[in-house]
Amino acid sequence: MPNFYGLYILFAREVWRFLKVSIQTILTPVITVLLYLLIFSSVISSSREMLPGVNYLTFLVPGLMVMAMLQNAFANSSSSLFQARMNGNVIFILLAPISDFEFYLAFVGAAVARGLLVGIGVWLASCYFAVVPLSHPLFALLLVFFCCGSLGALGLVSAIIADKWDHISAFQNFVIVPFSFLSGVFFSISDLPTFWQRASHFNPFFYLVDGFRFTCLGVSEVSVLTSICVGAVFFVLSSFWALCLLRRGYNLRS
Amino acid sequence: MDAVSIDGLSKDYGSLKALSEVSLTIAEGAFFALLGPNGAGKSTLINILAGLTRATSGRAAVLGCDVRRQWRKARHQLGVVPQELAYDPFFTVREMLTLQSGYFGLGKENRPWLNELIVALDLEDKIDTTMNHLSGGMKRRVLVAQALVHRPPVVILDEPTAGVDVALRAQLWSFIRGLNAKGHTIILTTHYLEEAESMCEKIAILDRGRLVALAPKDELLSRYSWRQLRLQLMPESTVVLPDVLEAKRQAAPQGELLLRLHREHDHIGEVLAALEQTGVKFSDLRIHEPGLTEVYTEVTEANNHA
Repeated sequence: MPNFYGLYILFAREVWRFLKVSIQTILTPVITVLLYLLIFSSVISSSREMLPGVNYLTFLVPGLMVMAMLQNAFANSSSSLFQARMNGNVIFILLAPISDFEFYLAFVGAAVARGLLVGIGVWLASCYFAVVPLSHPLFALLLVFFCCGSLGALGLVSAIIADKWDHISAFQNFVIVPFSFLSGVFFSISDLPTFWQRASHFNPFFYLVDGFRFTCLGVSEVSVLTSICVGAVFFVLSSFWALCLLRRGYNLRS
Repeated sequence: MDAVSIDGLSKDYGSLKALSEVSLTIAEGAFFALLGPNGAGKSTLINILAGLTRATSGRAAVLGCDVRRQWRKARHQLGVVPQELAYDPFFTVREMLTLQSGYFGLGKENRPWLNELIVALDLEDKIDTTMNHLSGGMKRRVLVAQALVHRPPVVILDEPTAGVDVALRAQLWSFIRGLNAKGHTIILTTHYLEEAESMCEKIAILDRGRLVALAPKDELLSRYSWRQLRLQLMPESTVVLPDVLEAKRQAAPQGELLLRLHREHDHIGEVLAALEQTGVKFSDLRIHEPGLTEVYTEVTEANNHA
């Protein structure tokens, strides 16, 4: 019999945790994105057309939203679980009648919740620079779910594998940040040299950014269905990896 | 039904055998001590029962629930007070207890019991304090409360009084005795052997992963064959012992005579008469009966030589 209430409480605990430090977990990423917008709006002409009928700031906002969401979804699950491992308080969850899958759902669910809140915060704050519409809300929700869910699962993976904070930081700085910066957040990949254009098609973050941009602006570089499919596969693979580690009890149960 | 039944339990970490074919049962309502030196396998055994470690072979059950196949039920039956002072720095004592209770599927209906625990463990003043602002002793009390939020019939206390001051130790033992009196099975690991001796009815000793002793306390104590006779000598007394007594003599401070006597073969009256005959004069005498410390030392040393 599944422990639905235990799952709900663990999810609530994870959300409660990041809300207790909301300056760091919600406000800071929103301010960071605002600074990006401030800088880019100052140095790049906003009348420059990035996609047909889309000026630079309008092009930039959906990409920054996705970047903030995926980085914060990753940070949420990775820092929460790793801190619990280091403090030893993860034992209180492991002693409870909560299955590996319920554990996964609670942590990834909270990562999605934080990503979503940060995304909404970024959208609201960016309205000062450019009001970006939401043309396809259901597709947008689906992509946000895949984006935050995948990164939440990868956050779990890194928190389980890591032996010190340095490892979490390395994963964040050498994988998440470069892949998100090279995903077409700040530029259209059609502006890149051929090699990098092709390389971008192997970056799942590119599809999440491009697909989300479509759900806002109705224009994109690849088909939105392709983006959704890649997002779904990315989510399934990262979740599978996290669930395998949880099932094995790797670094959690000996 | 046994509170805990363990059958042929082994745990290997590569070539290291942390547990080797351990089998034992603990009766419902017992106050049971699990003793052994560091690295003996006590924590491994507890962790297997708690689902934190997976056994290489054998089986373990808590109140009939297999810890692998019926893990949810088994965890509902078990409360574990961990050895390490682990705590969640984000939450207050009340929040921690509410969350822990929720993990076990218990909501508002469990609040009266949580309040009872808070009062019983004297946590009322600290209920809205975050865990990182509590003293070590207070953190230990919260750990005990967390282990009990779901009213587990079987409670494991892994070194519950390590680093705890005398007053709190007495308070904790009084609380734990109360739990046992209410029918909870208590499994205790401790390095304070006098605590185990004073409270536990049955004792298991693990050493290097093997179960080297398992018996009711009195039976275990009676297995130790030696006791000590200590005499406070008169200043004028001479100590020239016959060979048979000299062989039993042990090192003692000046002015004292210490003899190691066999509990069955050396009768105190005969020994005293023999001493009198040799001219030994004493003003006082004390007999030290063996305690758990002596038994524990003998059992573990015998295992080291095996």
